[in-house]
Amino acid sequence: MADNRLNPEALSARLQQLAQAAAIHQWDLGASCSTDTSVQVDRGEAKQMKGAQRSAITVRVWNDKGLVGITSTSDLSDAGLERALGGAHAASAFGNSEETPAFSPLATAPLVSLDQPLREPQPILTLLESLKEAERQLLDRHGAIGTVPYNGLAQRSSERLYLNSDGARRHQLLTTASIYLYARAEEAGRKPRSSGAVRMAYGTADLDIAGCIEEAAERTIAHLDYAPIETGSYTCVFSPEAFLDLIGAFSSLFNARSVLDGVSLSQRDSLGQSLAVPFLSIRDNGLHPGNIGASLFDGEGTPTAPLELVEGGILRNFLHSEATARAFGVHPTGHAGMGAKVAVGPDWFEIGPTPGSGGGQQGLDRFSHGGPLVVIDSLSALHAGVKASQGSFSLPFDGWLVAGGVSRSIEAATVAGDIRKLLKAIVGFEGEAKVTPDGLCPYVWVEGLSITGEA
Amino acid sequence: MVASTPVSGANPACFDTSWLPRLESLLAAGRGAGADLVEIFLERTDHLGVLAEQEVITNVSPSFGMGAGIRVFRGERDGFVSTNDLSAQGLLRGLDQALGMLGLMLSSGPSTGPSKGFEGLGALRDFSAVKSDWLERCPSLAEATAKLLEGTARLAQHGEHLQARRGSYSRDWQSVLVAASDGTFARDIRLHQSLGLNVLAADGDHRAGLGRRYGTSDRPDDLRDWDADAAAQDVCSSVGTMLYADYVEAGQMPAVLANRFGGVIFHEACGHLLETTQVERGTTPFADMVGESIAHEAVTAIDEGLSEGAFGSLSMDDEGMEPQRTVLIERGVLKGFLSDRAGELRTGHGRTGSGRRQSHAFAAASRMRNTFIAAGPHTPDQLIASVDKGLYCKSMGGGSVGPTGQFNFAVEEGYLIENGQLTKPVKGATLIGEAKEVMPRISMCANDLELAAGFCGSVSGSINVTVGQPHIKVESITVGGR
Repeated sequence: MADNRLNPEALSARLQQLAQAAAIHQWDLGASCSTDTSVQVDRGEAKQMKGAQRSAITVRVWNDKGLVGITSTSDLSDAGLERALGGAHAASAFGNSEETPAFSPLATAPLVSLDQPLREPQPILTLLESLKEAERQLLDRHGAIGTVPYNGLAQRSSERLYLNSDGARRHQLLTTASIYLYARAEEAGRKPRSSGAVRMAYGTADLDIAGCIEEAAERTIAHLDYAPIETGSYTCVFSPEAFLDLIGAFSSLFNARSVLDGVSLSQRDSLGQSLAVPFLSIRDNGLHPGNIGASLFDGEGTPTAPLELVEGGILRNFLHSEATARAFGVHPTGHAGMGAKVAVGPDWFEIGPTPGSGGGQQGLDRFSHGGPLVVIDSLSALHAGVKASQGSFSLPFDGWLVAGGVSRSIEAATVAGDIRKLLKAIVGFEGEAKVTPDGLCPYVWVEGLSITGEA
Repeated sequence: MVASTPVSGANPACFDTSWLPRLESLLAAGRGAGADLVEIFLERTDHLGVLAEQEVITNVSPSFGMGAGIRVFRGERDGFVSTNDLSAQGLLRGLDQALGMLGLMLSSGPSTGPSKGFEGLGALRDFSAVKSDWLERCPSLAEATAKLLEGTARLAQHGEHLQARRGSYSRDWQSVLVAASDGTFARDIRLHQSLGLNVLAADGDHRAGLGRRYGTSDRPDDLRDWDADAAAQDVCSSVGTMLYADYVEAGQMPAVLANRFGGVIFHEACGHLLETTQVERGTTPFADMVGESIAHEAVTAIDEGLSEGAFGSLSMDDEGMEPQRTVLIERGVLKGFLSDRAGELRTGHGRTGSGRRQSHAFAAASRMRNTFIAAGPHTPDQLIASVDKGLYCKSMGGGSVGPTGQFNFAVEEGYLIENGQLTKPVKGATLIGEAKEVMPRISMCANDLELAAGFCGSVSGSINVTVGQPHIKVESITVGGR
């Protein structure tokens, strides 16, 4: 673990002193700092080696009228803190009187204990050698793999802090490491193809580098033999990663902030109503052991906790901050950021069959199915192709057309649809749920999706 | 004009010449340790973000920061360290770490003055001299909030079935200093302001959402000069049309892309492939094609950092070099690449003043500035009249380009072209293709070139750019839909 650069006691005392001098009676603070090292390689040589020391604080103050202002800075010095406090106080004059955040009632509630081992960072030249070796092994896997243009091995030591003037004090230390390998393969007279894999762990030595190489090679090679697909309506099989990406892009369905802002497809009275097929469950669970780098508390100090979002196809709960929870008459759920207007977001999804529901059609197997099936391995350009407030999506994807048990990579295609219809068109699940960086999910079969191809 | 004080406090001082001895000491130490070149990028920032929703200001988010990026080259390799610690000790620690990445070590503390391989910094090239009061001249927070509320009120006035109305304002002030062991010593102040209007309309099962963003550089009065009424009318007209639009039918068809933000396709599909970053990675199909035809002869494309007030303009790049006007493609023939210091070192393409980065936390890389397809001889109506059945893309959403050159873009506002006429609006369209295949299919360019502001995310972070083009016709492109 790198030097501990945040001193909660000193920060709290200093902020209290500054607040008193400025006649500020209510404040809170979120702070973070991190030390990162990362390497990239290119055909056996170092491409870039990077190091970073980052720090940031956000100060929030409530003025005499109860209005909130914030200011953020990377300057953790006394002068920086004083300037941030003054800036937040000045900004509070423009605070929103119609919706003022307050301290989370759970900001001092007990936190769960997670098994998050703290690993010592490795020297950057050790990272470099590990990544060179990983690149070499990936290049050796197939003659068509000529480069690994996108790659990286990174490690981070970080800490987070939440303090408030009522005495709340949250502090978390964390180490993480990650590797990504995206290979580019090309055969004579054919278009280049690319695919890759990612792994995360608490330390570099814990990374499953061999698994990452294996997956990147397998995926890239599997796309070498490709063909265009005819435009039409297909039954699609989403990989766990692709389905999690899609649900994440439409997470405003579960977001109380979006509901209150009128930009969610859900309404206040949508709770208890059917959202999906009666055998689908979606749970947000930032505390799952597969969620490497899980936060123990959110930006308002509320403990992270599991939350059932959809059970048996019924929308059960929304994700909340303190302010949205107050508006709905419930408790905050631990999904808040920090701000004058507090953002809300999911942590880590668990998606699968609702226990006792039967889980839809049984025995689904894309390889023994007569087809044609479209396997959607990964989705691209979600930022551009998803209209979350409208429900529609049109997304490029990498995948395979499976017919008669034979699969062939699809040259270039998009999948389009409406998320509400998709959730009602789920046929069932295939295989065991897989842990990914974004959540836990099995393969998901959906019928009747529009595919645009170039055949 | 109303003077203002930045909400985040007093105007942070620019980096003055008192930094010179400290920087020279660090650069000398780096060279003394065996580095071929050492570059130090210092930055101070002051940001203000404001959000208005309906008739209420719902978020005011000021921030300020500082930091340094230290880059060390040895041969073609480099090490880069960023830090928020601008103390002498913090910078020295950063330099030591960067050197260590290349197997180099500081001898014994910082050097003083010139050393072997380092002749000292050159005369300061000060691009900030006339910009020192820019931050104070920007609209006050009270002005900014009032202007945004005017925008959301105009949306209510001009729109129907509006479920959500948003106006957003962002002001980014940045003071930078670049010092390198080749003598580079330059200082600048940058100011970028952008405004956005977004709406969501809903009527029964019909829903449509869209927005517009406007942005300029180096114009403190930009927000004051903004025509909120015209902007609101534009947004409301478009969303009113798209609310009841049908989904587009997928297929291959000709397309006419409108000017302004239509240029995002060239930016994403081709522009990125003309950055030396892509040459270094081996991910551009154009790497060895300078002097060869890569596009239809109707296409001339330029990237520059010089257009006054444009969102991607700059007085110097983030490596201290003044920007150039770089002709990328001339009448279909590839002329050159956008290059930064590392790009020149590794690919041989000369620097073009295109070394850019989001902040001190990123090493500079070759990036676009104001990128556009030049105007042609036709009128927009002539382009539309030449299409029997196709798609008119009036407004583009975002998009991306993959590692093999495949691109995709959402069409925010589209219309069918039938028998040379615009007919009904359509939604849900995505344009898909590959740069190498699409560039030769841009067969007609109109005479109405305009630029539009945007943000570009890539290897050195998110930066301000403009994209642009006149109306252009693509003979055939894959349209994703339903």
